[in-house]
Amino acid sequence: MIAVDQICFRANDLPEPWTLKTYESLGGYKIWRDILQNKTDPVVLLEQIKNSFLRGRGGAGFPTGLKWSFISRNNPGQKYVVCNSDEGEPGTCKDRDILRYNPHQLIEGMAIAGYVMGATVGYNYIRGEFDEPIHRFHEALKEAYAAGFLGKNILNSGFDFDLYHHIGAGAYICGEETALLESLEGKRGNPRFKPPFPASYGLYGCPTTINNTETFASVPVILEKGADWFLELGKPKNGGMKIFCVSGHVNNPGNFEVPLGLPFKDLLEMAGGVRNGHRLKAVIPGGSSAPILPADIMMNLDMDFDSLAQAGSMLGSGAVIVMDETTCMVKILARIAHFYFEESCGQCTPCREGTGWMSRILHRILHGEGRKEHLTLLDNVAENIMGRTICALGDAAAMPVRSFIQHFRSEFEYHIEHGKCNLSGHHHDRN
Amino acid sequence: MASVTYRGIIMIEIEIDGKKVQAEPGSMIIEAADKVGIKIPRFCYHKKLSIAANCRMCLVDVEKSRKPLPACATPITDGMVVKTKTAEALAAQKAVMEFLLINHPLDCPICDQGGECELQDIAMGYGKDISRFSEGKRVVKDKNLGSLIATDMTRCILCTRCVRFGEEVAGIVEMGVTGRGESSEIGTYVEEHLISEVSGNIIDLCPVGALTSKPFRFKARAWELVQHNSIAAHDPLGSNIYIHTRRDDVMRVVPQECEAINETWASDRDRFSYTGLNSGDRLLHPMVKVHGQWQECDWNVALNIVNDRLQAIREVESGEHIAAIVSPNLSIEEQYLAQKYMHGLESPHVEHRLQQVDGNLIPAAALPTELQAKIADVETMDSIFLVGCDIQREVPLLGLRVRKASLQDAAIASLNPVDFKFNFSLNAKCIIDPEAFVLALAILIKSELAPGEEKDIPLLAQLAKNDVDYCGSAEYCAAIEAEMSTIKSVLASGNNKLIIMGALAVNHPQASLIQQALLWLTQRYGAQFMMLPAGANHYGAVLAGTISQSGTAITDLWRAKLAAYLLINVEPELDCTHPALALKALHDAECVVAMTAFTSERMLEYAHVLLPIAPFSEYAGTMVNLEGKWQEFNAATHPKGEARPAWKVLRVLAELAQLPGFAYDNWKEISKEIKHEVEKVVFSPLTQHYSLPLLQHALHIQPYWPMYRSDPLVRRAEPLQRCALVEDALVLLHPQTAAHYGLQDGDSVSYQQDNQVAIVGIKTDKRVAPHTLYWPMGFADTAGLWSLTPLLLESITVTELT
Repeated sequence: MIAVDQICFRANDLPEPWTLKTYESLGGYKIWRDILQNKTDPVVLLEQIKNSFLRGRGGAGFPTGLKWSFISRNNPGQKYVVCNSDEGEPGTCKDRDILRYNPHQLIEGMAIAGYVMGATVGYNYIRGEFDEPIHRFHEALKEAYAAGFLGKNILNSGFDFDLYHHIGAGAYICGEETALLESLEGKRGNPRFKPPFPASYGLYGCPTTINNTETFASVPVILEKGADWFLELGKPKNGGMKIFCVSGHVNNPGNFEVPLGLPFKDLLEMAGGVRNGHRLKAVIPGGSSAPILPADIMMNLDMDFDSLAQAGSMLGSGAVIVMDETTCMVKILARIAHFYFEESCGQCTPCREGTGWMSRILHRILHGEGRKEHLTLLDNVAENIMGRTICALGDAAAMPVRSFIQHFRSEFEYHIEHGKCNLSGHHHDRN
Repeated sequence: MASVTYRGIIMIEIEIDGKKVQAEPGSMIIEAADKVGIKIPRFCYHKKLSIAANCRMCLVDVEKSRKPLPACATPITDGMVVKTKTAEALAAQKAVMEFLLINHPLDCPICDQGGECELQDIAMGYGKDISRFSEGKRVVKDKNLGSLIATDMTRCILCTRCVRFGEEVAGIVEMGVTGRGESSEIGTYVEEHLISEVSGNIIDLCPVGALTSKPFRFKARAWELVQHNSIAAHDPLGSNIYIHTRRDDVMRVVPQECEAINETWASDRDRFSYTGLNSGDRLLHPMVKVHGQWQECDWNVALNIVNDRLQAIREVESGEHIAAIVSPNLSIEEQYLAQKYMHGLESPHVEHRLQQVDGNLIPAAALPTELQAKIADVETMDSIFLVGCDIQREVPLLGLRVRKASLQDAAIASLNPVDFKFNFSLNAKCIIDPEAFVLALAILIKSELAPGEEKDIPLLAQLAKNDVDYCGSAEYCAAIEAEMSTIKSVLASGNNKLIIMGALAVNHPQASLIQQALLWLTQRYGAQFMMLPAGANHYGAVLAGTISQSGTAITDLWRAKLAAYLLINVEPELDCTHPALALKALHDAECVVAMTAFTSERMLEYAHVLLPIAPFSEYAGTMVNLEGKWQEFNAATHPKGEARPAWKVLRVLAELAQLPGFAYDNWKEISKEIKHEVEKVVFSPLTQHYSLPLLQHALHIQPYWPMYRSDPLVRRAEPLQRCALVEDALVLLHPQTAAHYGLQDGDSVSYQQDNQVAIVGIKTDKRVAPHTLYWPMGFADTAGLWSLTPLLLESITVTELT
């Protein structure tokens, strides 16, 4: 039932879905041809994107049409479109599969974006650890150039669009859009402070639009089938399909492209349910930086931007990490905190100093060295980082800490009081 | 809302802590707050550097914003309401303070920054008494940045001011961040000593004790120091400085903010030269040479001996056999008394232009003021033409202004004997041997010269007409012409133009012709003009009259082999362009009196009487900088030992000679008299009878003073002598030129001048123009020059050193 409406994964079941041939058999590049042939007014295209209520699929959920409208198409000077395929958020693995199975749809989406905003150059910044996805995208680029869908004076339209891919070097922070731009420019991947935003001062100081892979890849289908069709797939203001990367204690982990607003329990069912004989304990619904929610809240929640925000978490990148009752929350949080400590770029004070502090306190609690005052301190350090850093990594590090303490305080207290885990079979070796 | 305009910009109004503030659109909250004196704590922000927004200390509440915003990076908008002291803002600031402190060592009691530390100060207001951090603190390995800057990198709070200073102001990327997250470190990547001529400024910029002054390290606490206003005494910029003393000892020098001159900076030379003040060479008592033996004596005896000897010479020969050679770094009062004393002795010979060899060069004080550029305007220029000028090393802070202009897209051109590495890029250049300078300028003028204009610049016009005959090669002329035409297009671009005549041109044998050409170009292109003579008070010296009549240069005073020389703060064998000639004159003189702060082996040989005088930190007076601005400086300490300010010594000498008009009670009476006496300086223009030798195809000597060899004090500043920028006493020449003469890198070469043979070491350097010997002065090892006559092949041989 759902498969019919798939967007980014619409080719997945076909043989060699990554090839131009397969993509064209699905009607791929038709929209691109039409636009070039009819010289469609970019304003019309932009209206469609706006009406579709497509929201950024990378994590923040910013309305894509609105973002695109920040670029004044007719201003002279170079403009860029950049795709963020760095996909570093722990738990997330959807962009990888778009690059693997449907790279042409991303290319078409980026080319259309370039057309709408008057950008003649695009970059796809791909996570360096990816191997097959980089290869597939590169091959698709070659095919698209050979077929004349990219380059100068595309299909005699007078419009130019060159697209390049760039391979990251493994830093989580380079998934932050301005750090990505710095990295793309060949510099150390430090986030920039905003304002100015990339729309006015982006790549090489030029107006730049950065979107997630899934966002760009959604564009051709929206234009093909219409904004209303897309919006109606989901819920009001939460248009379209969304890929959820379900991982953790489920029987059938994987990527699922489903309509936004699907109840979580349906998504869990698609993923085969919680592994046999176990109960759901908690879910991180949007990647490691999203606040954790306990089972009872999750089981009554729809998977869309607004519902999750209302429940005190966020849709984020769509990485749904499922945990059953055997999970030690202290251990999970200590691991998450260690990740952000490792990945802080070190540029601004609260994140540079605070992530290490939180990680060390959690390490102590986990290994039986916790003190009573640690929980308050930990929560306060997280609170002190929140909203005070240059980029969102500080928030990303702080939100899990605050939410874990909020929902699972007693587990932390048990660890502190007894110097060990309240769950049987858990021995937290010092490392 | 009524709009206020300032310099044609409509200001916008915002409210900070209930106070209405008018500020420029595009400016940041912190700038607006600073304008009205609302203190917002900050570490990374500095008004002279780009915005980093990394310390997060300046977070403030802005109406309609969900979270606190950094005041340094938030542009103001009309009607914005900012609150810096609400509970939310204070919570944010205190939180950041705690983060900054958790890994900062609590070593304030042994930290040089203690007492003047921004972190310490702000921690008093925003820090907690007791730390909640009970983890191990981060330790960072210290870096060796050279002889000037000490590091204690564990104290670093990663504000990156030092990094940005290098990238943006100094124009040399020396410091950077390595590592990530908590392991981030500031360093030089590959361990290297700093080579910027303004590196010491990162000491002031560092808000904590991570970068401190190495010579000052552990010498004094900030609160023990007494601050004195002073003026830097090494270049003609007139940088404002503070001298910090403790118990009558100079402990350090730091810049004093003066936007029109040195902004907030000091050059390393100005900052660290004080370290030479107490060198072992310091003369603390008057001394006389009796039967070849030096003896200490009291002032009375010494001054009477000087007076008796000079009077004897005056009676037996005449006053004209006495000359005073005066440092251009002395105050205008001392210059004036030197001149007045010499004229009292009926001698016309008093000279401060130690390095100039062309006596016809018109000093800036005698040029129309409307032609001359202001220091602060340099950065607003659209095009700048540097002639014989290594600006970064001559006047380092002026170099920073040129760099600023360049960063704002000014076109910069250079006519130089060496392709100097600047911290800005050149749009056009002509790198030629010094002897072809005049020719190059004549060629530049040639295409601009309208009929009838020849009479204004007859020699140059004639030269332009016969350029090929003069230089003997049409090919060479064409090559110069091609390069000069690119320089011409620089001069033709933009509205605000500046021509800077650097020390290499000022000290050039044909300086006056170069000047004539440049003044002509200045007028033709509607440009402004600036000269960079040596010393801190050349302008004042000219006003005070320590200058020979037109056409006479210091060389003539040496050649004249006078009976007596009075040296004031000068080491002629190192400070003058013809050291060998000077030394010979001094050795042959009947009487050499050295009024000096320092002695040297050479000086003990040629002098007969030594009178200890006070260096710049030990007396008060007035300096006049290159734009003619009078600036007073204070005595920071009493003179050491029995030293006295030179003006007092001269006053007593004049009184002993029974000269009238020397009864000054204090130095201010002298400056008053100067202001009263001195009218417009008149300097006769260049005469027709100026011989210009044909170009010789030989080795042309281009003397220059390396930055840290410029005067007796700097030469004794030991940390400067050990820093990475210090130059070797080796003559530089182009490798092809070396090969042409059969010379190799590292050779010692003997050369012959005036029938005398001297030896000098050479080093090849591709930056030097062909046929040019770039000759470092201020070294005993290179002091064999008798003249600047080009060296012929026959006069050079490679010497085998045993």
